[in-house]
Amino acid sequence: MASSRDDFVIAIRSAFLKKSYQQKFSLLTYIFLSVIIVILGSFNFKPVQYVKIGINEIVYRSSFIISIPENYLKNLTIKLEAHLSLYDQFKKNQTELKNLKEKKLNNDFLILENKKLRELINETLQSDDLYAKVLVDKDSPYLKSIILNKGSKNNVKIGMAVVDNSYLVGKIIEVNYTNSRALLLSDLNSKIPVLLEPIDIHAVVSGTGKNHGVIEYTKDDYDQKIKDQKIIVYTSGYGGLFKPGLPVGKIINDKKTNENIVTFFSDFRQLDYVKIVSYEIGSGN
Amino acid sequence: MSSLNKNSLIKALLFYIPIFFLFTSVLNEIDFNYLEIEYFSFNFAYILIFYWTLKNPRYLSYGSIFLAGLINDVVVGLPIGISSFCYLLICAVTAYLRNITITPNFINDWISLLFTILLINSIQVVSLDFIFSIEVNYMRYLINSGFTFLFYPIFLSLFNILEKKIKIQKND
Repeated sequence: MASSRDDFVIAIRSAFLKKSYQQKFSLLTYIFLSVIIVILGSFNFKPVQYVKIGINEIVYRSSFIISIPENYLKNLTIKLEAHLSLYDQFKKNQTELKNLKEKKLNNDFLILENKKLRELINETLQSDDLYAKVLVDKDSPYLKSIILNKGSKNNVKIGMAVVDNSYLVGKIIEVNYTNSRALLLSDLNSKIPVLLEPIDIHAVVSGTGKNHGVIEYTKDDYDQKIKDQKIIVYTSGYGGLFKPGLPVGKIINDKKTNENIVTFFSDFRQLDYVKIVSYEIGSGN
Repeated sequence: MSSLNKNSLIKALLFYIPIFFLFTSVLNEIDFNYLEIEYFSFNFAYILIFYWTLKNPRYLSYGSIFLAGLINDVVVGLPIGISSFCYLLICAVTAYLRNITITPNFINDWISLLFTILLINSIQVVSLDFIFSIEVNYMRYLINSGFTFLFYPIFLSLFNILEKKIKIQKND
């Protein structure tokens, strides 16, 4: 009995403390080092943050180069899918284009009217756009985020909105000198204040870790109100993070689960270039 | 003379293939998400580290594994140090297995891998969820662990072929 316990202790000691050929430190040293890094990182210890920023600068660029073959495969799959559904897509687009042309005339009038009304109440809405290339789109099971090639050098700040054409895709959560990381709307930790139109209900869209979001924190029971209605989700601008009125997605009923889900307008798999947007509501007074 | 130089170059290159694979996998983090197979993912780095450190730690030094973990944290966006800790725990299990095993047995190794990935994924989930307050999808972790476990025999046979080649070059 004592002998088997001794064997176990010897095996454990040897595993953790024995330095193999050409190993400078034992396994236990490295384990301690990583635990110390985790603990210091959790307290936002400055030197660890600087090390992280330093690694980020090198790693993001290297990751972009190494991901080229995988990205090529990904684009090939998307192209093939597009080719296979070409005719159906064309027919659908034709109908949609006709509808959109009609709507555009109406929209042009509304934009002009909105501008005049803002002038009337002396309110200005200034926004700065910055174009960024997506270096890496790590759609890992743990974090849905993208790495952009613009950082603090280009005045990118934490919390800025990231849009694809005019659709919201996420917000900046980490800024390095030449690059930054944006958390996608689909991530589990993403929560943004939105407005459901035309029923005019404020809510929060949460990511699910999948390719869609869900509506949370509605005061009213909105399920009844959205029946037979086409609901579009826009940013509400609450909290001052996002510009109000950025289109996010639309609410559809998931037939599998019979739940209302938010399908995002932007396809997060196909992001090449995005806009980083900051805005300011100013008063003319 | 030139063939001798060529041989030694191939020998050196083959010896560094496991390290090359490890750094490529952490920098690339192959996810197969573009295939739109819901929940399909496996952790190639876990399999790689488990196999090569179990065979012989000379192929993958602890220092390079530690560095690969830091890089993985940066790429995936996890708090820095967590992946290094998890990778080194795999090394600890394989070092222990090497010490207690006289004749290697595939089934024992496979079961040990399952135990190891369940342990390190639990540590990762607990530290992310409770210490760093990052919400994680438990189901995804479970499925990731399952696929990693299931894919081990496939990669084992591929790595065995590679290891034989490395050994042959070494004996030459």
